[in-house]
Amino acid sequence: MAASILRRCWGSLLAQRCRTGDVPVLHNGQTWRRAQAPGSIASGRRAGNSPAGERGVAPWVAVVGLEIHAQISSNSKLFSGSQVQFAAPPNSLVSFFDASLPGTLPALNRRCVEAAVMTGLALNCRINKKSLFDRKHYFYADLPAGYQITQQRLPVAVNGSLSYSLCVGGKKNQMVTRTVRIKQIQLEQDSGKSLHDDTRSQTLIDLNRAGVGLMEVVMEPDMSSGEEAAAAVRELQLILQTLGSSQAIMAEGQLRVDANVSVHHPGEAYGVRTEVKNINSARFLARAIDYEIQRQIKELENGQTVMNETRAFDYKLGCTIPMRDKEGKQDYRFMPEPNLPPLILYDSKSLPANMNHQQVVNIDWIRERLPDLPSVKRVKLVEQYGILPEHSFTLLNEDGLMEFFQNVVRQTQMNPKKVIGWILNDMLCYLKQHNLTVKESPVSSLLLADLLNLLERGAISSSAAKQVFEELWKGEGKTPLQIVKEKKLELIQDQQEFEQICQAVMEGHQEEVMEIKKGNRKVLNKLIGLVQRTTRGRADPVLVKQILEKRLSQ
Amino acid sequence: MWALRFSRYIRGAPLGGGSHWAGLSLGSRFTQAASGRSDSRQEAAGDPRQRGLVRPRSYRGGVYQNPTWQHVEQRPLPQKKVTVEVLDHLERLALVDFRDWEGVQRLEKAIQFADQLHAVNTEGVEPMDSVLEDRCLYLREDNITEGTCTEELLRNARETVEEYFIAPPGNIPLPKLEGRDTFLQVSE
Repeated sequence: MAASILRRCWGSLLAQRCRTGDVPVLHNGQTWRRAQAPGSIASGRRAGNSPAGERGVAPWVAVVGLEIHAQISSNSKLFSGSQVQFAAPPNSLVSFFDASLPGTLPALNRRCVEAAVMTGLALNCRINKKSLFDRKHYFYADLPAGYQITQQRLPVAVNGSLSYSLCVGGKKNQMVTRTVRIKQIQLEQDSGKSLHDDTRSQTLIDLNRAGVGLMEVVMEPDMSSGEEAAAAVRELQLILQTLGSSQAIMAEGQLRVDANVSVHHPGEAYGVRTEVKNINSARFLARAIDYEIQRQIKELENGQTVMNETRAFDYKLGCTIPMRDKEGKQDYRFMPEPNLPPLILYDSKSLPANMNHQQVVNIDWIRERLPDLPSVKRVKLVEQYGILPEHSFTLLNEDGLMEFFQNVVRQTQMNPKKVIGWILNDMLCYLKQHNLTVKESPVSSLLLADLLNLLERGAISSSAAKQVFEELWKGEGKTPLQIVKEKKLELIQDQQEFEQICQAVMEGHQEEVMEIKKGNRKVLNKLIGLVQRTTRGRADPVLVKQILEKRLSQ
Repeated sequence: MWALRFSRYIRGAPLGGGSHWAGLSLGSRFTQAASGRSDSRQEAAGDPRQRGLVRPRSYRGGVYQNPTWQHVEQRPLPQKKVTVEVLDHLERLALVDFRDWEGVQRLEKAIQFADQLHAVNTEGVEPMDSVLEDRCLYLREDNITEGTCTEELLRNARETVEEYFIAPPGNIPLPKLEGRDTFLQVSE
């Protein structure tokens, strides 16, 4: 009795806090269980020195900020003319500047500037017409110069926002839109790659990646869980891929995310934050952040303090471990890059008349040529085809699925709302099972459209259609019509044949007929099932029901 | 007559009074001189203000032959001592070795020398970003122009393994002050 009252009080308290702040509130699972123990409100040992909130348990709020490095999709590197390529023989794409040989100077790549401006415009940022380059000094073997050229004082774009959606609610069926503010977008150099050879106690350095242009997107700490962070990163990935400024494939290291995580009680100052690195996919991102939040809560509730350190995420163990190399706060000794004057960007108003247009990056020109962003595409899909917003999300999430859907709708008479069901439930399911992309699918949009046309015309039943689909998936090149004829899956069109079959079934199951006549309607379904089995799925269930009912009422 | 008057000035006698000359006012007259040599000569001859003052023949073709700056009194700037913590921090960050107190003194003198900049009043002046002041940053086209020089690059390294450079495993941070054998420790 006491426990139930406790639960109700706690529930309303949580609801209150959630309403006021619209922030997911975390509480230590252990404490919750203790509160449920009958007869006690704040009994037992309350771990550590967590301050006594109302009802004896203080909720924690997590604060997550992301720093995302996206590799710019360009032919050559940011400051030198060497090629940008993912897998290449070691040290084969390195120029003298990338290797930091004395006497070399940086020359900025125009395409990288355009990519940064495009991304800034897509994320609603203010583009700085004058931006400056700086040097960030630190020693590491894969940074041959000993410093990285970045933009710390005055970056290319500032003060933007990124809107993303995520599923909330118990059944994860409600989509809410959240926004995270973008602090700045800056251009910087990538470092080389180091392969650690622990057996021989040495590191092998490959400078192919050194000097490649990166866009660093710094987000304000507006998020509060791993799920939100993963959704934001996914949305950014889609935007970058749509713009073409980056291919943003996390597996190839083209999109790297570092998370800054801290926890605190609502209303108090922010806690000490830790940085989590070495996250290789969006899924691991959510897990890493959630693990780190729980670890910090546990530490604080045990009375210890959280250290300001850098931790690496070990995806095999699913936990974060401290990185030995990055102890303590780093002093980067930022200094203006003396070899590069300020980068000046122009718009239509400020463009001087007789400038060499190869030297000009015109913000307005780029803004006019921005493609449709994912959010705009989703709205258009919903408007044009009448599908649900959640469906538009899934369509855009899968590479090529939206075009596939549009092609099918174009070639079939079926209502798009029904087509989307086939695409999302059947098509996507098969693709995932066989781990294929839409482009590799053996079922083309034409074949699927044919199948759906047959279904729409009433030539086959939906269960038969699923059988045909399975057959199509084998990729033997047969058309749906051929498969239907081979397997004799067409619906029986002959009325008389139908009536005969129904009659036969009824005669064979007199008991069930008696039951139905007595008023037990459920047995009718059994009869329908029997008819279906006899006809091997070639009977239209609606028609069967009609005929049976007509017969039975006689 | 004309030439005589000028020749007296060319000899480089101290101009103006003492060791100061108003660099700015000379400068403006210099620019006028640069634009129209003949004009300024005629103007100078007739203008009573300019009789007896320096005619900068020392300014030829854009290069000053004599210095035009002001001497600033060497006000004794506060002698800043560099603390042991800062020295340890610097040694760790920049991997320099001060070796002994003489090195630290050299550092302090260098700081004092640079501190002279504080004597200049920079209120309302934008900080200079680069000596390449008004020049535009050159934008290069996105073409592949260099890169396949693996052998040449690897020749610079003492040890290589299958076209990789070899480096020690990770960063080996400098041990803490207590664990190091350094003169900084002794002083304490």
